Amino acid sequence: MAEMTESNARKAASVRVEWILIALAIIGLAAAPFFIYPLFIMKMLCFALFASAFNLLIGYTGLLSFGHAAFFGGAAYFTAHAMKVWGWPPEAGILLGVLGAALLGAVMGFFAIRRQGIYFAMITLALSQMFFFFCLQAEFTNGEDGIQGVPRGTLFGLFNLHEPLAIYYFVLAIFLLGVAAIWRIVNSPFGMILRSIRENENRAISLGYSVANYKLAAFVMSAALAGLAGALKAIVFQFATLTDVAWQMSGEVILMTLLGGIGTMIGPIVGAGLVVALQNTLATSDFPVTIATGLIFMACVLVFRRGIVGEIYAWLARRQKSNGRS
Amino acid sequence: MTMTMIFGIPIQALLGQLLVGLINGSFYAMLSLGLAIIFGLLRIINFAHGAQYMLGAFAGYLLLSYLGVGFWAALILAPLIVGLLGIVIERLALSRLYGIDPLYGLLFTFGLALVLEGVFRYYYGVSGNPYAVPPLLAGGTNLGFMFLPNYRAFVVIASLVVCLGTWLAIEKTKFGSYLRAATENPSLVQAFGVNVPLLLTLTYGLGSALAGLAGILAAPVYQVSPLMGSNLIIVVFAVVVVGGMGSILGAIVTGYMLGLAEGLTKVFYPEASNIVIFVIMAIVLLVRPAGLFGKDA
Repeated sequence: MAEMTESNARKAASVRVEWILIALAIIGLAAAPFFIYPLFIMKMLCFALFASAFNLLIGYTGLLSFGHAAFFGGAAYFTAHAMKVWGWPPEAGILLGVLGAALLGAVMGFFAIRRQGIYFAMITLALSQMFFFFCLQAEFTNGEDGIQGVPRGTLFGLFNLHEPLAIYYFVLAIFLLGVAAIWRIVNSPFGMILRSIRENENRAISLGYSVANYKLAAFVMSAALAGLAGALKAIVFQFATLTDVAWQMSGEVILMTLLGGIGTMIGPIVGAGLVVALQNTLATSDFPVTIATGLIFMACVLVFRRGIVGEIYAWLARRQKSNGRS
Repeated sequence: MTMTMIFGIPIQALLGQLLVGLINGSFYAMLSLGLAIIFGLLRIINFAHGAQYMLGAFAGYLLLSYLGVGFWAALILAPLIVGLLGIVIERLALSRLYGIDPLYGLLFTFGLALVLEGVFRYYYGVSGNPYAVPPLLAGGTNLGFMFLPNYRAFVVIASLVVCLGTWLAIEKTKFGSYLRAATENPSLVQAFGVNVPLLLTLTYGLGSALAGLAGILAAPVYQVSPLMGSNLIIVVFAVVVVGGMGSILGAIVTGYMLGLAEGLTKVFYPEASNIVIFVIMAIVLLVRPAGLFGKDA
């Protein structure tokens, strides 16, 4: 009994520490544009949101999608087109991007959930490649050129997003909202059912859950949030191109999540930050990014499958266990 | 000469595209066969299959340009090189991934594919390098209704021989029976004294060698380029989903069928030719989720 209260107290303390760390991180991010090149941090935030959305599927539902570029890049195209050609304001442009990505997710998910595991990955890859060819040939995407020079517009008619600080805090706010939404989903009863599907799908079925519906719902939510990240990216960088819908992008988001830690809230954010930083470093050097990406992939799978954050958690848990024993 | 028309399409155009479809189908069949063999035993989807195909083509190209080794010798050497490399990879890395979630095998081989392609892109750029058709097979035959390049006919026949040979080897030989038994129940086969780890290594080597063989056969048809495998492998994945990986023969037949379907689409609705296989995949998923020849759901 005494032991339990002690471990509860320790748990409460560690939760407190977590909240303090999160608060510090938010303060750090709010102050960051005064010290670091804002465009670089905004890129990190977009990809961190993308990876977190992807993690909702792989980490908490156990589904490996190899086609998330379709949602990210698709939303980027929709938002860019709405804002540039139709002159929509950013809030409406983003909404269209998110809805478009959700719709794409519903269609892709409908087909993909018919198979499991490795087949699921291959089907999502094939369907996103199909969407890539669609974007290559469709009129509104401008083929190889992409949609360039997208105006950032004025948010709610109040904030001119061409102001460096306005766009930065807008991106930060959307990022925080997106991650909070993911956290809420994961820690809801719905999220618990998703985890039970990840742990033992047949058991979840036998408990009476319509697993297919839950999987599809998770897929659509993940697609919509990935779309939010893509729409944001289109506004920040003011363009949408084929790179965003190509299979390499799907690979990249898998790498970010795997490197940071699948199934942890912070892991994908850390992984995205590291991968973006690495890409920026390599961009100025002679060393090809794909080789580095591939090597990290292989190292992650062979040496630390839990990812950086996952390994830290495991180490902390081990330490706590040995402390508890002594 | 009068043009014979079928559905308003000149028959020459139709047969020409069907031949292109048959060639593509030959490569789909060889590659999905290799994927199915590897998956059957190792339970790993070999994402590096496309890169190994590229490696086979490059092995032929490099053997020719640096050592003057011609096509016929390369036809033996390229699969051997790619197969040996596969054996090394299996021993060093893949063998550590057995028994865990098969997704990790997919992710590892994906990383491997990125590295292989990255290295060749770094040294040879993205543009293709031509590889001449061997003199023995240069030129073509006039069939009266169409002109058939000899090398392309050779590719179709070679692929048929390879596919049927592999299938027979798996169905009829002792090695094949071990392979099939180990696919069903590896621990039981091990208990009977068969060296299953060795069998796994050889299987991955064989699957890789098949990809390498497809690569060297493809070198004179397509250009030899670092990215030749990456887009192909995604199509082959769709082929594998359509066929289901439960059956070796199923993988082969599906490969040819989808190649032909792609060729036909090029004639009647060219805009859809690069997505038709994905569309067929979606339809098959609706009607028969386990795949045309699949046993597992």
